[in-house]
Amino acid sequence: MLELKDFRTKVHNDWCPGCGDFGILNAVQMALFELKLEPHNVAIFSGIGCSGKTPHFVNTYGFHTLHGRVLPIATGAKLANRDLTVVAVGGDGDGYGIGAGHFVHAGRRNLDFTYVVHDNQVYGLTKGQSSPTLPKGERTKSMPAPAIVEGINPIATAISCGYTFVARSYSLDVRHLKEILKAAVLHKGSALVDVLQTCPTYNDINTKEWYAGADLPTKSPRLYKLEEKGYDGVVKNPADSNEITQKKVQAIANSFEWGDRIPIGVFYKIDEPTFEDMIATRMPGYKTAALVRQDLFNRNVDMLFQALS
Amino acid sequence: MIALDKETLFGDTHKEFPTHSGHRNEVSPGGGIIYDAALKLKPEDVGRPDVNLYPVPYLDVLISALKETGHEHELSKYQVMNNTVAFGASAALIDFNFDLVAAAIKEGFTGRKAALGELNVKAARHGYDYVKKTFQDDFTYKLHSLPTTQKRMMIRGVQAVGIAKFRAGCAFQTYYPITPATDESEYLENHQKDYNIVVVQTEDEISAVLMATGAAHAGVRAATSTSGPGFSLMAEGLGWAGHTEAPGPVIILYQRAGPSTGLPTRTEQGDMQFVLHAGHGEFPRMAIAPGDVMECFYDTFDAFNYAERFQMPIIVVADKFLASSYKTVEIPDTSNLKIDRGQIVSATDLENGPYKRYAFTPLAVSPRTIPGTKGGIFHTTGDEHDEFGSITENSENRIKMMQKRMHKLELAAEVIPDSKKVNFFGPTTADVTLVGWGSTKGAILDAMQDLEGDAIRCNFLQVRYLNPFPTKLVSKYLSASNRKVLVECNYTGQLGALIREHTGIAMDRKVLKFNGRPLSQNEVYEGVKDAIKNGTMEVVMAHA
Repeated sequence: MLELKDFRTKVHNDWCPGCGDFGILNAVQMALFELKLEPHNVAIFSGIGCSGKTPHFVNTYGFHTLHGRVLPIATGAKLANRDLTVVAVGGDGDGYGIGAGHFVHAGRRNLDFTYVVHDNQVYGLTKGQSSPTLPKGERTKSMPAPAIVEGINPIATAISCGYTFVARSYSLDVRHLKEILKAAVLHKGSALVDVLQTCPTYNDINTKEWYAGADLPTKSPRLYKLEEKGYDGVVKNPADSNEITQKKVQAIANSFEWGDRIPIGVFYKIDEPTFEDMIATRMPGYKTAALVRQDLFNRNVDMLFQALS
Repeated sequence: MIALDKETLFGDTHKEFPTHSGHRNEVSPGGGIIYDAALKLKPEDVGRPDVNLYPVPYLDVLISALKETGHEHELSKYQVMNNTVAFGASAALIDFNFDLVAAAIKEGFTGRKAALGELNVKAARHGYDYVKKTFQDDFTYKLHSLPTTQKRMMIRGVQAVGIAKFRAGCAFQTYYPITPATDESEYLENHQKDYNIVVVQTEDEISAVLMATGAAHAGVRAATSTSGPGFSLMAEGLGWAGHTEAPGPVIILYQRAGPSTGLPTRTEQGDMQFVLHAGHGEFPRMAIAPGDVMECFYDTFDAFNYAERFQMPIIVVADKFLASSYKTVEIPDTSNLKIDRGQIVSATDLENGPYKRYAFTPLAVSPRTIPGTKGGIFHTTGDEHDEFGSITENSENRIKMMQKRMHKLELAAEVIPDSKKVNFFGPTTADVTLVGWGSTKGAILDAMQDLEGDAIRCNFLQVRYLNPFPTKLVSKYLSASNRKVLVECNYTGQLGALIREHTGIAMDRKVLKFNGRPLSQNEVYEGVKDAIKNGTMEVVMAHA
């Protein structure tokens, strides 16, 4: 019988006290456990940054890759062994900055994997520079001056790129995050989970208290769940292009709500053929077994030579 | 020579940026030039009294061919077939069997284009007949087919590499479109149904190399193909693959003339030193340089075995010339090629105690598990790590891990047979030892006979393994050499530098070429002669 502790390792964790990464790590471990996945059938990939250390703390196959390059490596591994449950994690600088090109194209492919982005608006490991999600005009404590460029809207970007499951959650609401992650892992296709995250060391604007709305006259939390207002981002009929457009536009519009009220939850979801399905249309043998389990070492190439004679 | 227009003969020196000064100067004495009679040239205009001239009225001959098939009113549509007329004319001149000409033309026009093929055969026939009835049979060069003994094939470098990938069990290929590498990926994609190989066109070469590395770590044989600009982007990924001891990928680099965009459709051997040093820090990589089309096949096959056995990325250093030139060779028997996947640990081996992916072992290679194997969980990282793959900056561990990784190259050097590391041609002792690598092999071998005719006895050392470098073998051959002439297609003489780095032996003379055009037999002959007879230290060849 698997236990939650089977997903933990004894590796020393050097994240700052109070770091939002802890909530994400716990939610990842709980989600995998509750989905009854065997640790050896899961592979976690990460980029570089504070979040990059995540695989070392999870007892599954773990790949700590390069800054911004988590998605290509995860994609290659998943295509080689589609039986693996693949979860990629990374920071906002990692995924939306240096890895932006890979982020766009991973969405287009609709590979069956989950991408969890730690979105805290700063580069923590290099001591607090602005990340691509910091809004224009904002200034965190180690910045010499406010940001003079626009921040990226990850939800809207992901929907435009073709991600088929796009959600936002919050690192200090582990229960919500865990449920979103479970839905993302179960989703057949490319899933982005953008996780709003506190950085107690370098982000002195979007703090735990700020998310809780301590500065607002109403003292009410900024975060609210999309479903509370009857929002439904799931495309019911993937053959209906009008419904797809309507759901995408609705999701993008809602993703721009920021300030006193910030929505979390599933913005958009559609069931479409995955990259693996599409490869099988060109190459039916892809379906017979995961590539890694196919014996491809006794191929006869004589007919290729003969064709040139 | 067939000149389809005036520029072919006289060049474009009247233009603001001329590219050549006319190919009429390149025809050998006693050779022939077929050109358009409509140019109305006098023999003295051509200025080559030592060459036979064959003016053929391309258009008139073409019209006669079109009339025979009732297409004369569509002349503008078919005027492009002037070239087929000229082709037929050249076949007549060398007394080549016209049936073979017709068969070759038809091979290029199949399916819906078959009728067009017939029309082209007709045009060639009229060109052929025109020459036969108009000119005396005074051309001394004739070409007759040889008796066939064994079945042969006509194959390009990209095809040889592609077939080697199938034979080696490669399951995964990535690429970003780039000249001249893309043809190989398209070849693989065309056959993916029959051979179960995933071919992914990626967003860039950073992704291409890393996707293949991810697939290799996941347990399949994986590869990517590119040219210089793409390989530049791969430097980062190469380091991660080397540091994490990934069992691949195999990277096929078809060099083209750099730097930057350079001469993007032309050839060069300018990337050798870059291949050996790309990426920051020190990590193991293997680099193999095939010298001809079939070496492309065998070296690519070996690369997959070595990638898994020694757990490192392998670069096969080819070039544009090898990629796209055809060669007629015998069909090889590949049934004796052996797959070696290196040490893989299965679930049953893992029941005793925790598994160490980066275990220190006497031979430095740590047995690997395939992700998905129960009990085989490992972590890997581009940070320095311990035997479990956990990050550590421990000093002692760092030293041992660096030694472990780098030692794998020494192990590889012991395992790779000498017969694959270098090729040596010609007599043991000679006046001159020609030293080269890669695609210049054919030109050098051919030129050796010409030089022999001028009483310059040559042998030839072709270096095939660039890393691990065959220091002992190269030292042995070069120490016994009287004079060493380096022949390569780059500006700095990169192989010469590499040899000096490893053996301390310097080249005596250099014959170099870096104008993007492949080195010819004539150029090796002229260059070596210049270096030996005139003592020129460095000869730069310039044939266009």
